[in-house]
Amino acid sequence: MTYTAKFRVWRGDDTGGGLVDFAVEVNEGEVVLDIIHRLQATQAPDLAVRWNCKAGKCGSCSAEVNGLPRLMCMTRMNTFAEDEVVTVTPLRTFPVIRDLVTNVSFNYIKARQIPAFAPPAGVAPGDYRMQQVDVQRSQEFRKCIECFLCQNTCHVIRDHEENKEAFAGPRMFIRLAELDMHPLDSKDRKVEAQEDHGLGMCNITKCCTEVCPEHIKITDNAIIPMKERVVDVKYDPLRWLGSKIGKRPGL
Amino acid sequence: MSQIERHSYDVIVIGAGGAGLRAAIEARSRGLRTAIVCKSLFGKAHTVMAEGGIAAAMGNVNSNDNWQVHFRDTMRGGKFLNNYRMAELHAKEAPQRVWELETYGALFDRTKDGKISQRNFGGHEYPRLAHVGDRTGLELIRTLQQKVVSLQQEDFAATGDYESHLKVFAECSITDLLLDEASGAPRIAGAFGYWRETGEFIVFEAPAVILATGGIGKSFKVTSNSWEYTGDGHALAARSGSRLINMEFVQFHPTGMVWPPSVKGILVTESVRGDGGVLTNSEGRRFMFDYIPDVFKKQYATTEEEADRWYTDPDNNKRPPELLPRDEVARAINSEVKAGRGSPHGGVFLDVSKRLPAETIKAKLPSMYHQFKELAGVDITAEPMEVGPTCHYVMGGVEVDPDSTAAVGVAGLFAAGEVAGGMHGSNRLGGNSLSDLLVFGHRAGLGAADYLQGIAGSRPSVTPQMVATAEQTALQPFHNEGGENPYTIHAELQQTMNDLVGIIRNGAELAEAIARLDSFKERVRAVKVTGGRAFNPGWHLALDLPNLLLVSEALARAALMREESRGGHTRDDFPGMDNQWRQVNLVCRAEGDGIAVEKQPIPVIPSELLGLFEVSELEKYFTSAELAGLSTGGAQ
Ligand SMILES: Cc1cc2nc3c(=O)[nH]c(=O)nc-3n(C[C@H](O)[C@H](O)[C@H](O)COP(=O)(O)OP(=O)(O)OC[C@H]3O[C@@H](n4cnc5c(N)ncnc54)[C@H](O)[C@@H]3O)c2cc1C
Ligand code: SF4
Ligand code: SF4
Ligand code: FES
Repeated sequence: MTYTAKFRVWRGDDTGGGLVDFAVEVNEGEVVLDIIHRLQATQAPDLAVRWNCKAGKCGSCSAEVNGLPRLMCMTRMNTFAEDEVVTVTPLRTFPVIRDLVTNVSFNYIKARQIPAFAPPAGVAPGDYRMQQVDVQRSQEFRKCIECFLCQNTCHVIRDHEENKEAFAGPRMFIRLAELDMHPLDSKDRKVEAQEDHGLGMCNITKCCTEVCPEHIKITDNAIIPMKERVVDVKYDPLRWLGSKIGKRPGL
Repeated sequence: MSQIERHSYDVIVIGAGGAGLRAAIEARSRGLRTAIVCKSLFGKAHTVMAEGGIAAAMGNVNSNDNWQVHFRDTMRGGKFLNNYRMAELHAKEAPQRVWELETYGALFDRTKDGKISQRNFGGHEYPRLAHVGDRTGLELIRTLQQKVVSLQQEDFAATGDYESHLKVFAECSITDLLLDEASGAPRIAGAFGYWRETGEFIVFEAPAVILATGGIGKSFKVTSNSWEYTGDGHALAARSGSRLINMEFVQFHPTGMVWPPSVKGILVTESVRGDGGVLTNSEGRRFMFDYIPDVFKKQYATTEEEADRWYTDPDNNKRPPELLPRDEVARAINSEVKAGRGSPHGGVFLDVSKRLPAETIKAKLPSMYHQFKELAGVDITAEPMEVGPTCHYVMGGVEVDPDSTAAVGVAGLFAAGEVAGGMHGSNRLGGNSLSDLLVFGHRAGLGAADYLQGIAGSRPSVTPQMVATAEQTALQPFHNEGGENPYTIHAELQQTMNDLVGIIRNGAELAEAIARLDSFKERVRAVKVTGGRAFNPGWHLALDLPNLLLVSEALARAALMREESRGGHTRDDFPGMDNQWRQVNLVCRAEGDGIAVEKQPIPVIPSELLGLFEVSELEKYFTSAELAGLSTGGAQ
């Protein structure tokens, strides 16, 4: 069962770097993160990598394995042939700090710009009543482990640094959808999603959904319903008038 | 001295798990300028891994539940060694703390009438755990994280700066507490640490520090805990003159994965059993019926028929022995494996596949389904899992004042969550940690606010000397010549603890462990790291090693002194529970380069709380001398 694998790991920092070749032992049942840890313990003690739970629950160990955005702790070695070179590189959309560690602060800044849950007025703690069918839709989005693989994959920002300003990304779209579908949230978030967070820039390629390790249907269950309802809201003549007048300078 | 980044706050919260975030929310809400410092990214603390639920006697599923019943279960689970006041506050305040989460946006699973659903768990008399599938910890941490953000949004609206009153310093590790000892008794002046990203140092000046650093699991080889659990808070407290209690009590969760080797130790949630899963040995026998201890005979079913009826009719049947407290189940599994009745990879079988329809399993236990499918290639809706004990939780921790969470011995130091000791006695019930985080996190925030008010203008100051010493210590591993690599030392330390201070202990092995730990001291002092200071995991581990070693020694020494078996401490040379020992807490202090342990009487439980139990039950735990005084005191 034990064999020696060929690994190619990107090493470097914000000033530059490149792929480094390693030959490293692999045992039955191991995942890519185990192999990275073995490299640390035996060949490259200062190899930088993030991880916590090693069970796909914390979303720390995101990287690109043979070019595919993956959690390293959930990528089993038996998905590769023994003679296959396994290439591990940092997430491409975010600036490298060192080796496999990137600066993901973009996501925290965007999260801060989304207005928080607005509790219903006059309902005391302990008196919240909601039906399971109604919370279920938002619960799907709350499964998000913030691995940011969807953010990393989305072509709107993957190679377009200039779009980062206006585009919050799929992780934030499900957060908006989650709040919008929360049975007791007292804010309307649809127009805001379009105007302040760049929902309109998404052209529904579904790449985000494909990489989500939590299998959240980001596009079908969050983005598309939000887009459809944004349309409804915007073309409601009264709302339309209201929002336009409200925005006119001087009024 | 080089120019070091410096910040001044009212309170520094070390840790961004459930306890730390709840404490920070409270501190900020009380008007304190608050910093949260954590080793990982924001939202990734260990709490994220909790699965089963939060225990709180809301009585949503069984209206017989109330704080008294929860208190009783907690004391029983801890074998009456718990700090009664902490257990009381916890049972009383947990429901409010859970309800409050809904006002922050949490979405728990619901009952038919729209309330928060509650599930069964080991040691809890009624369905009590608020939950979200089997990802409750994720919901808890995300909810608190988003509450922090919402407070920052309020601050932004008021000041134009999101971080004016509450700032998160993520991927920043604290290596030392800075103490002002000018007036004789130590008091907190601040904390010293480094940015993981750059390796640059950082100094916090603050009169109050709340430790919320979690546990110590990384001192064992087989563990459900992540790299963060190196006992930093325990060690920081001990080194600054505070004390650790109950360190001999370590919870080995009965069900960790055993195969494949690389995932050995990863947790299999207790909800699998709460929702109907049964444990069997290689002969197909439900062996837990053979392991019901006398003290629990009245509460657990003795036949499979009765146990199975309980899932649908809990009022008229006793619960299955698979739901005994964790220490009992872990020992039983250990015995079955030792007796040669284990599964192929050295565990036992845990099966839900024959008990629940596949769709129900996927709905109730989604992340377990996922975890086994992806990591072990096992479909839990069709075949049994293989499981065995794994180091999970430390009951021991910083000795605190129950009401304020103030650490004994150091003014301005507070501790909440897993790093604090006393609440769980000798064994923690599942679900009682997440509630503990909320109840005592909240109290820590209040405690710090009161403390600040008390000291008013007389803030302690950080001196250049303190900073220089901390800096030197942190850089030493780069200067050491000829020392070993930190990974090697860590692996051997973990092996030693696993082999000699594990689930079943004895005097000879504990003495051997202490001797070996002693020999690690020199190796740790001489540890050598290579590379630079920027994001260098080897260096980070080198700085964790002294903490791991300190808690390991505290554990081993306390375990050697306690000559009985109770909860998370099992001695095969002293197999019985000894009621004399129930009256004693073991207290660890840092002394020289080691740990000194001494006995301390445990606080006397007031009679109105003892009155919640039947005397016949108390007789199993208390000495006759203790009970003699009680007959007039009110127990029925
Ligand atoms: C797999 C698993 C499942 C569990 N399931 C349940 C459950 O269902 N119900 C339940 O009640 N309990 C459960 N527990 C236990 C519970 O999750 C933990 O006890 C609890 O989350 C601890 O929370 P905490 O706030 O004390 O610390 P943590 O959440 O562990 O956070 C510790 C924080 O301290 C920081 N830190 C540590 N050292 C330093 C330092 N030197 N400098 C800066 N920051 C530092 C860390 O970065 C982290 O942010 C489970 C535990 C595990 C491992
Ligand atoms: S569907 Fe939209 S958000 Fe998702 S990857 Fe495509 S463009 Fe990006
Ligand atoms: S939505 Fe999925 S891919 Fe995106 S951050 Fe969350 S878990 Fe990761
Ligand atoms: S380490 Fe937590 S998701 Fe991989």
